[in-house]
Amino acid sequence: MAALSTGTAAGERETPAPRPSPLPPDLADATRDESTLRRFLHGLPGVDAVGLEQRAAALATRSIKKAAKLWAIDTAIGMVDLTTLEGADTPGKVRALAAKARRPDPARPEVPSVAAVCVYPDLVDTAVAELRGTGIGVASVATAFPSGRSGLRVKVADTELAVEAGASEVDMVIDRGAFLSGRYGRVFDEIVTIRRACRGAHLKVILETGELATYDNVRRASWLALLAGADFVKTSTGKVSPAATLPVTHVMLQAVRDWYDRTGTPRGVKPAGGIRTTKDAIRYLVAVHEVAGPRWLSPKLFRFGASSLLNDLLMQRRTQLSGHYSGPDYVAVD
Amino acid sequence: MSEQRVAVAKTYKLYVGGAFSRSESGRSYPVTGARGEFLAHAAQASRKDARDAVSAARKAFPGWSGATAYNRGQVLYRVAELMEGRRDQFLAEVSAAEGTNGRRVQSLVDAAIDRWVWYAGWTDKIATVLGSANPVAGPYFCFSVPEPTGVVAILAPQSSSLLGLVSVLAPVLAAGNTAVVVASQDRPLPAVTLAEVLATSDVPGGVVNLLTGRTAELSPWLASHADVNAIDLTGAPAPLRTELERTAAGTVKRVLRAPASEPDWTRTPDITRLRAFVETKTVWHPMGA
Repeated sequence: MAALSTGTAAGERETPAPRPSPLPPDLADATRDESTLRRFLHGLPGVDAVGLEQRAAALATRSIKKAAKLWAIDTAIGMVDLTTLEGADTPGKVRALAAKARRPDPARPEVPSVAAVCVYPDLVDTAVAELRGTGIGVASVATAFPSGRSGLRVKVADTELAVEAGASEVDMVIDRGAFLSGRYGRVFDEIVTIRRACRGAHLKVILETGELATYDNVRRASWLALLAGADFVKTSTGKVSPAATLPVTHVMLQAVRDWYDRTGTPRGVKPAGGIRTTKDAIRYLVAVHEVAGPRWLSPKLFRFGASSLLNDLLMQRRTQLSGHYSGPDYVAVD
Repeated sequence: MSEQRVAVAKTYKLYVGGAFSRSESGRSYPVTGARGEFLAHAAQASRKDARDAVSAARKAFPGWSGATAYNRGQVLYRVAELMEGRRDQFLAEVSAAEGTNGRRVQSLVDAAIDRWVWYAGWTDKIATVLGSANPVAGPYFCFSVPEPTGVVAILAPQSSSLLGLVSVLAPVLAAGNTAVVVASQDRPLPAVTLAEVLATSDVPGGVVNLLTGRTAELSPWLASHADVNAIDLTGAPAPLRTELERTAAGTVKRVLRAPASEPDWTRTPDITRLRAFVETKTVWHPMGA
């Protein structure tokens, strides 16, 4: 979408891998210029907020027990992006987190390892060194996370820092200010530019739904990100409340399912922030299965951005297997 | 208009995390008085209520154990004041539950309130009595201090519905622990009223969690729960006691064994129950010349 680009330094970098399948004509048309993009996004059907919340609440009451619960717990563990995004992060903390990512429950080696470890760009090299050869991804937030309030040059440099250090996944934030004031072209260009800077690394686009105010906006932002080439749409940074909610995740799952129906390429969803218990995680899995489909029940297409969730999953897993309640004294503190 | 008024039959709730909630299972059971008359319905807690109560107690532990001993004493003393205000209600409920009345029931309720005051006074004296400065052969100042054990599950006495309950609960709180109490199965109403007293006192939510229901159903879940640090088996059903002790050993809990028969709670207490739920921490502090 160079047509929309305004010729930045990053815009001149070459793209290593073009998108695998070209867009169908109607979607390609939507990205021609700012006005067609606006027309497309505003032409998306509005979200029935009451119906959406009711369906999300109804699906959340589904009872998952015994063997199905155990399966759900193991699946959820394999989908966790184990995250530490604090100002106080140290290489030591990242190493400890990587050890936990490799083997979440040392007493039970059959527990699957998590999907990825998510850190700030300057700690990517530590995580990469710890996780080499394990198949666990290293995700890095980028583009002036969490606010996204910086110039494009800084955002591109931030992304390159992460990618050069070996990050296999990049979690970028969109410019919510631009999105909310209707400058969709600017947001689109930014995602396209970062996509290029990723050089093949997986791109997750954080919409920060807590700041988007309406479900309609969430739907528009999801489509905007998908059109611009996002591999994943992610709800939140975890720094804004409300973070991930079930209804918002429903809207995003609908978007990726519709995207798949129209283009044939599957894209992923990552709720992040505020998911702390196994019960919550299982509710999300039910939503994934019912809204997007069983194909999405895989770490390739669905992730949890979380830190404390993993401990609760491990405790619940122990409870399921041992027949008595477990406690926080029996899992690693992180 | 001389119609007889229809009695308001109560259905009591559990007290978990500072809030009164129905059992997750939706169950309740009728409570009858000593002469078999219907008194009220009480919530019949399930294992998940026990689990939620333990979570609430764990959450409240840092705040309660971290409060100064003096502050804990003040908070507990205030509970005794509120109990005094509800004296008539306690008299009626203990009388209905235990089938005693007149002076006997008055002395039981008075003893319960006095017992609470007695333990409230102990909070800032435990460290002096159970702690020590230890003479050691080296340039160290060595001292031992008692610290609260953690989350304590209490199976309350089955016969003494108020005095017995206070006698097992107050020492646990005075030592700085948080508690999950399973009230007397057949006489739970004074315990529910005590929970109402606690809810309106300064005791933070979650420090005391009160479950009503079948002791035999709830106790194995509490004995095996890995996040419970100690269990008081005083009110455990006799056939289950050995098994409960064995289960509790599975997660290395401190166990206060049940006496062969329920003790006479009117006797003057000692600090046995305070000592039962503290851990001794010993510190070796290097001394300069």
